[in-house]
Amino acid sequence: MIRESDDVIVRTVARLLMPFITLYALYVVMHGHYSPGGGFQGGVILAAGFILLVVTQGIDRVKRRMSQEKAIIFSSLGLLIYAGIGALCLILGGDYLDYGTLGRPLSVQRAEARSLGILGVEIGVALGVMAVMCAIFFAIFTPDQKNGRREQ
Amino acid sequence: MKTLSLISTIIAGAFLIYGSMDMPHWGDPYSPASTHVSPYYLRNSLKDTATPNVVTSVLADYRGYDTLGETTVIFTAGMGCLLLLKKRRKK
Repeated sequence: MIRESDDVIVRTVARLLMPFITLYALYVVMHGHYSPGGGFQGGVILAAGFILLVVTQGIDRVKRRMSQEKAIIFSSLGLLIYAGIGALCLILGGDYLDYGTLGRPLSVQRAEARSLGILGVEIGVALGVMAVMCAIFFAIFTPDQKNGRREQ
Repeated sequence: MKTLSLISTIIAGAFLIYGSMDMPHWGDPYSPASTHVSPYYLRNSLKDTATPNVVTSVLADYRGYDTLGETTVIFTAGMGCLLLLKKRRKK
């Protein structure tokens, strides 16, 4: 089990860095259309922010923001967003994952609808990757329920 | 039995190496892989998807179904890890 770090510098710097890491992760996800990046990379950076918080603040304080149960829900949600966008295209009369058909309800051009569809899919991928990374990390470092702590 | 498996491995490996001799050279501009769909993607990606990054448009649009499978693989791997780690905790 990871307890709160004793060092006030480590704790404070990690807490100050957290919003910037999250912002950078969102930038990597959103800017995948123009530069290297996208859902997988942005999701891993998002998860790295949470893991930094767990390592420095202790697992109990982070649990309010991100727990294993929430991570499982988010990973399913990410996959559901991806598959749901594909199914939405199917409902709107196109092929599966043919984002061009999303243009009519959004009232944009076909090419722009495909761009937006890529963005939606990337957000789904980012959520899924972030949640899976967090879930594995939490599963390794959650204390034993019977004995109260793990040897670590 | 060991020598038999070794011989069969060597024969299968020799066949694979023989088969790979007919493959196009690495980076050959006239190979089927780079004359069929790659020029189409490079030429029409911006017009079709309004996305300047061709890698992203191929990954998430032209080959979107493949990426859906990749995401499913990550999800399944994560769930498998959780199941394994949870089982050990109960003992």
